[in-house]
Amino acid sequence: MKRIPLSALIGLFITSLFLLSAIFADFLAPYGVAEVVGDVWEPASDRFLLGTDSIGRDLLSRMIYGGQVTIFVALTATALSFSLGTSLALIAVVVGGWFDMALSRFIDLIMSIPTLIFALVVLSVVPANLVTLILVMGLLDVTRVYRLARAVAVDINVMDYVEAARLRGEQTVWIVFREILPNALSPLVAELGLRFIFMVLFLSTLSFLGLGIQPPAADWGGIVKENKEGLIYGISAALIPAIAIAALAISVNLVADWVLSKTTSLKGGRNG
Amino acid sequence: MPRHLVKLVAQRIALGILLLFASSVLIFAGTQILPGDVAQSILGQSATPEALANLRKELGLNEPAISRYLSWLGGVLQGDLGTALSNGASITDSILKRLDNTLFLAFWAALFSVPLSIFLGLISVLYRNKWPDRLISAVSLSTISVPEFIIGYVILFVLAVQLQWLPSVSLITNDMGFFEKLGAILMPVIVLTFVVMAHMMRMTRAAILNVMESAYIETAELKGLSAFNVIFSHAFPNAISPIVNVVMLNLAYLVVGVVVVEVVFVYPGMGQYLVDHVSKRDIPVVQSAGLIFASVYITMNMLADIIAIVANPRLRHPK
Repeated sequence: MKRIPLSALIGLFITSLFLLSAIFADFLAPYGVAEVVGDVWEPASDRFLLGTDSIGRDLLSRMIYGGQVTIFVALTATALSFSLGTSLALIAVVVGGWFDMALSRFIDLIMSIPTLIFALVVLSVVPANLVTLILVMGLLDVTRVYRLARAVAVDINVMDYVEAARLRGEQTVWIVFREILPNALSPLVAELGLRFIFMVLFLSTLSFLGLGIQPPAADWGGIVKENKEGLIYGISAALIPAIAIAALAISVNLVADWVLSKTTSLKGGRNG
Repeated sequence: MPRHLVKLVAQRIALGILLLFASSVLIFAGTQILPGDVAQSILGQSATPEALANLRKELGLNEPAISRYLSWLGGVLQGDLGTALSNGASITDSILKRLDNTLFLAFWAALFSVPLSIFLGLISVLYRNKWPDRLISAVSLSTISVPEFIIGYVILFVLAVQLQWLPSVSLITNDMGFFEKLGAILMPVIVLTFVVMAHMMRMTRAAILNVMESAYIETAELKGLSAFNVIFSHAFPNAISPIVNVVMLNLAYLVVGVVVVEVVFVYPGMGQYLVDHVSKRDIPVVQSAGLIFASVYITMNMLADIIAIVANPRLRHPK
């Protein structure tokens, strides 16, 4: 095991801080998520470490609970898109023929429409709640996971050990989960980080547009939306969730980069 | 143009047209995925039966989905997008007014971002692994890591609030002069430039570095040409085809970035129109605006592929 580079360590550290504060939100947050405790847009003080928001709620508490929602939704949607995208891709590669063809063309078709636009179209009819949001985000992202997983699996599918398993008479399920998946895992894990960031950015954008998490619950994008008017008076409350999103995205990126550099030969990198 | 090249281009155009139709099916189907009734989800649980029946009639929900799709598509092909549920106005008229504004914004954003990102890409190749390259890639990595609206608010906070150089909203009206309009959209243009520049610049850098590995670059270096000369007269011309492709793909991406940036700056364009009507659950408007965004995106992607085909010397001069 080589030494972990400094950048990846920093990334791991900040990512775990965010995860811990999401898990222990109930213990860490000084006030309730929808509790009005002070004046409008009070500056930072001993009582309110980050000041208060547009209707006098404690910004630090909202940031902590907002982080919990953001991370939970992004993780669940990533898990959905990953499990579905990877299984579809591996089955398509192993089964091959018209099934692979039809599925791949269908995925191409969905990708020909920008994700945000398609999400807006669907969100105009489905009721706005956590479940539909996770489903819409997760299902739309299946396309990209499918593309990558298929590309990786196609290479593995022609390896001798897969051929050997076939000649042994193993079932499709065995070949997918015991022969191909373990060998496709490392590039997929690196991609997992990038998809998670994409989900965080996507959820924040939807909430900012008022179509994601509905008030009084909050996520980071929603907190930007609630406090954006303050910017014009020089109140920087809206920029705090912005910093949190950027910090989370960059630290996950640093970790993903490190994982990727360890598996770069599979991605065809030139400096690996 | 050789015959097989014409064939390749024709095939790509045919695929593009097919995709346009398929995407219209998908967008239509996207609003029908609920097992229940669209009218119910628009009006909510407390709706009276009369109101529900009226809305169903207005949306044509009593007819089967296929005939509704065909009559919608027929209207679209004749330039009639139907009427908005929320105010009964003609969607075609509303969209025409706003499409101009959006294209105006996207055009200027493209005009700024394309030369700038190619220039920065060249700079970072020229100073590869030295501080200018590291600085450019650090800045571009951080702009990729935050959503568009945040770049928007950071720039708004700095330029409009702290420095007070520019107004914080981009209101635009028809009686404004050309330069007045240009001043009004300056800030959204800066934001959009940041949004697409990072990716374009990184791909430009990668494309040129890829060419730099070739034997003829080594020859040029061994001839004693300066680094500047090698990159500009030998590497850049050969990297043009991938760069043009990247530029087109990012212009397609601009279409999506525009939606969010218009909301940030309260700019009266297509993006704002679409987002407003999603929360009003005005399905005819959402379908039409979604279809227009998707068509622009598909057309841009098609043009990118066609340019890549035509600009590829290996396809132009087959053995």
